[in-house]
Amino acid sequence: MKTEFPNTETLHFPKSCLHCEDPPCVPVCPTGASYKRPEDGIVLVDYDKCIGCKYCSWACPYGVREIDEHQKVMKKCTLCVDRIYDATLPEERRKPACVLACPTNARLFGDVHDPDSEVSVAIRENGGYALMPEWGTKPANHYLPRRKQRIKIHTDELVRADNPLKKERAQPKPDIKEPSLDDVTSW
Amino acid sequence: MNAPVTSARTEIKQTTCYMCACRCGINVHVREGKVAYIEGNPDHPLNKGVICAKGASGIMKQYSPARLTRPLRRKQGAERGANEFEAISWEEAFAILEERLKKIRATDPKRFALFTGRDQMQALTGLFAKQFGTPNYAAHGGFCSVNMAAGLIYTIGGSFWEFGGPDLERAKLFVMIGTAEDHHSNPLKIAISRFKRQGGKFISINPVRTGYSAIADEWVPIKPGTDGALLLALIHELVKQGLYDRDFLVKYSNAAQLVNMDMNSTEYGMFVRAEVPVEEGCFDPQNKLWWDRHVDKAVVTHSDGVDPRLMGEFKLPDGTPVKPAFQLLTERVKNYTPEWAEDITGIPADTIRRLAHEMGVTARDQKIELPVAWTDIWGKDHETVTGNPVAFHAMRGLAAHSNGFHSIRALGILMSILGTIDRPGGFRHKAPFPRPIPPCAKTPRGPEAVQPGKPLDGMALGWPADPDDLFVDKENNPVRIDKGFSWEYPLSVHGLMHNVITNAWRGDPYKLDTLLIFMANMAWNSTMNTVEVRKMLNDKDDNGEFRIPFIAVCDAFQSEMVSYADLVLPDTTYLERYDVMSMLDRPISEYDGPVDSVRIPVVPPTGECKPFQEVLIELGSRLKLPAFAKPDGTRKFKDYPDFIINYEIEPGSGIGFLAGWRGKGGEKFMKGEPNPNQWEMYAKNNCVFHYELPKSFQYMRNWNKGYLEWAQRHRLTRYAEPILIHIYSDILQQFRLAAQGKTQGKQPPKHLRHRIETYFDPLPFYYEPLESQLTDKQKYPLNAVTQRPMAMYHSWDSQNAWLRQIHSHNFLYVNPLTARAQGIEDGDWMWVESMWGKVRCMCRYSEATEPGTVWTWNAIGKQSGAWNLEPGANESHKGFLLNHVISEELPPTADGEYLSNSDPVTGQAGWYDVRVRIYRAAEGEPQESYPQFNELKPVPGQLPRKRSWLAYVGGKIVGN
Ligand code: SF4
Ligand code: SF4
Ligand code: SF4
Repeated sequence: MKTEFPNTETLHFPKSCLHCEDPPCVPVCPTGASYKRPEDGIVLVDYDKCIGCKYCSWACPYGVREIDEHQKVMKKCTLCVDRIYDATLPEERRKPACVLACPTNARLFGDVHDPDSEVSVAIRENGGYALMPEWGTKPANHYLPRRKQRIKIHTDELVRADNPLKKERAQPKPDIKEPSLDDVTSW
Repeated sequence: MNAPVTSARTEIKQTTCYMCACRCGINVHVREGKVAYIEGNPDHPLNKGVICAKGASGIMKQYSPARLTRPLRRKQGAERGANEFEAISWEEAFAILEERLKKIRATDPKRFALFTGRDQMQALTGLFAKQFGTPNYAAHGGFCSVNMAAGLIYTIGGSFWEFGGPDLERAKLFVMIGTAEDHHSNPLKIAISRFKRQGGKFISINPVRTGYSAIADEWVPIKPGTDGALLLALIHELVKQGLYDRDFLVKYSNAAQLVNMDMNSTEYGMFVRAEVPVEEGCFDPQNKLWWDRHVDKAVVTHSDGVDPRLMGEFKLPDGTPVKPAFQLLTERVKNYTPEWAEDITGIPADTIRRLAHEMGVTARDQKIELPVAWTDIWGKDHETVTGNPVAFHAMRGLAAHSNGFHSIRALGILMSILGTIDRPGGFRHKAPFPRPIPPCAKTPRGPEAVQPGKPLDGMALGWPADPDDLFVDKENNPVRIDKGFSWEYPLSVHGLMHNVITNAWRGDPYKLDTLLIFMANMAWNSTMNTVEVRKMLNDKDDNGEFRIPFIAVCDAFQSEMVSYADLVLPDTTYLERYDVMSMLDRPISEYDGPVDSVRIPVVPPTGECKPFQEVLIELGSRLKLPAFAKPDGTRKFKDYPDFIINYEIEPGSGIGFLAGWRGKGGEKFMKGEPNPNQWEMYAKNNCVFHYELPKSFQYMRNWNKGYLEWAQRHRLTRYAEPILIHIYSDILQQFRLAAQGKTQGKQPPKHLRHRIETYFDPLPFYYEPLESQLTDKQKYPLNAVTQRPMAMYHSWDSQNAWLRQIHSHNFLYVNPLTARAQGIEDGDWMWVESMWGKVRCMCRYSEATEPGTVWTWNAIGKQSGAWNLEPGANESHKGFLLNHVISEELPPTADGEYLSNSDPVTGQAGWYDVRVRIYRAAEGEPQESYPQFNELKPVPGQLPRKRSWLAYVGGKIVGN
């Protein structure tokens, strides 16, 4: 949908690895460096195995993989796998850095397989959706739609018995001497 | 699963971010002496753990190749601007300054001027200037948002951002005008998201839909500079419908006070005063009159049980005709209909009416009642605090126009008639506000306050309450170099930094000797008319002497301004120094009470960098300024941390820069003897002191007895007197009466009488911005404005390797309709031209731009080589600066007089008044931004440029 002035929407759309349930970036990897962890579903790159051939970045339909030109390995979002299991951090800080940093709390973090988790509830109740489902990648990360709030004012809400104008003689009576029909006719 | 990364070598230190002016708490991870990672401090009241892209990229500021590391002196014979320097020692640098400044102070202290950028240390810089004895001091406020400060403080006794803001926790409707991003940054983002989740409606009024507006429920595009027309039309509709909070206006504003309507009286337009003797002081005496509805006669305001009229016209027993102030407001807005405003603002009249109804009905029907008992200043007890949940936020989009003061007065009045001031869901103050209208601080009233060898007798900046407060000599000439507080810009409460260089160059009102600039890029993005101002900086008189004899610049980075300095003082970064966000300045207070905070160094200074605070204390001691030297001439303070602990505004007063942990053992706050361990106590408490006021003191503070007496006891204010909202400004009227020759005191010179009479209107009115009035709008049909990018605070980070990934050059954003009309395609090179100059840049189509407006991100373009960027960097060849087409002065008047391109009331720089035209660059023109300047070469002591900044991980450069 194309929006045109003045009906313009401005959309900031952050993208990172969606940690697909069925990630096309994994089977294409010739060395097995690109893998999905069975225990929690996080998709990672093993830098010790990666040869930097970039097959995976061609396979990812979301364009979230980038080669590190210095280290010559493929990099992408790790879901801060080092943070989220770091027992030295207080429990509430064991979240991806982007979730903690986001001032608007636009990012939620949790287990999509647990139907009672915050993320599952949000997806279920607020119409969460997956990106490009036609690719069959079944991304774990979902997006929530924009919300719009409107106000409806009924015209009769403008009419009120306690309108403060009434205290000000705001509709003044005409002066008794102003012309009236009495001056021109006697019926 | 375990993956411990926080190795034993990593230390986590708390300090306060300074990647923008919001001052979030940060945890800085330092590994082997290097900054490895910066995260938000979850225990900080402001940001509660969140951080933005800028804050996290502070590492790249710390290790920026732009950094200066040694004091520098311009090479003998080198032109200013050539960037040719030799390194000198600090001792030499201090000796040069000491010698010059001693001479100036002993002869004519006003020949020294100190002007500073967005520094957040105005309490100290201001103290230094005052002690030196010069009136020529100001920070950046005059070219930033002084209209917002002055317009609201002269109306409601408080203002947005540091001093107050929208209560989005309780609001139901939030209207943001002329704000893109920042001011406040993270805290506002946190609040807006919470507000939206709670189901509030967010309306953004702005020519451009960027920044916060992206998540607005409704975007109302408006033509720049016409906000006043919209606001007045909203007031018109609210008054017409009776959608105003009558009780609130009666009790808490001057709306019901009777104004003298006798045209022949010298008191015409002033409030009638009852003969109640009052103590003199800086507050509104409560001796005005109301018209009692029931007994139909005048009574003293706030008399028990009286319900006054807001409308009508009456006669006092002595025959004086009077009207309530609100009546005058209704007369003022009578013709400001939504239809009238539609033509000016481009907003359909029906939309304006609907917006007014949404505001008015939400305020009236969704009243909040909190079970918070409080007592008003007249002694009446209230069981609850009530609020009308409509909140506003506005900033520079309203302010940076020459009609901004009156637009902002109109906003203050709109917020007030909706009954939203310091109430839940509306506007809330932050300590040390509210303050009396106007605040008590005053400048001297004449040149005799400037004396050789003496501190300035008064403040360099203040809040005039009447014409006699102006800072002018007997002939009405300005005493300040920027002509602040003169008849040209009487309420220029933040000064006019944007005119300092031009005035000093022209020698009007006089010549300077030494100009000291701290972290303001007056040769680039912080100046208007950049090309000409750069010439002035290097211009010589007929004797071959520089017109501005000596320029010293203190900055942490090699900016364009640095290249024009005779002496360069390398400042530290925010991670290398002590700082205070003081109650004497602009603290980080919350709605629930005063908050101040500090910075504590997390890494040592780089090279020979020295914090500017230390420079001032050293200079103050060498010059033996009374605040910094003992009577025997020896220094009072070892260094800045020692100064912060031990300095008191009056010896023994117990009031100093920091409010927390005062008293010998840290047991007191706000007021108490110096505490030798104050820094340690801040360090232990996340670098922040937060005092939460009792609930009953948190609202209605303009009129809250408990709060006002608390503030008085804790010396936040001198008077515990009510601060009534100035719907009608008798302060402005006094200037108008002076211009009409009706007063005893100071009167404006002839050539400015008409100007003062016009713009010192006691009620807001709409006029076209001054520059537009003087522009051929057929030729220059478009408005041009700038916005601050989300990822960079103004110009601060076009040197930051990480943030440069987001923007390394800017485009001119144009609505496709407007661009196509000139045959300009998306991505084309094009010209944007005003009557002052022209710039070549690249076009980007944007449907999120009102068709009469073009805009860009400010301050991404750089001079080649500035900030030690690669000479071929995008910033200098694709990026551009719009300042080249904006003037610091209006076209000279018929008598050859130069007036600042500023608001005639406050001197606020009219950045967004410029009118432009656009056209396609011709085939074969260079595909490069214009104008281009000489390439700046690195200066001695600069760190080498590294190619691999992006590979910086955890304190190390990985890879090559
Ligand atoms: S988003 Fe791309 S990189 Fe991430 S798992 Fe899916 S296919 Fe792989
Ligand atoms: S770049 Fe690395 S992770 Fe990607 S396919 Fe090649 S070896 Fe596997
Ligand atoms: S909002 Fe400003 S102060 Fe806060 S983290 Fe970002 S740059 Fe730092």
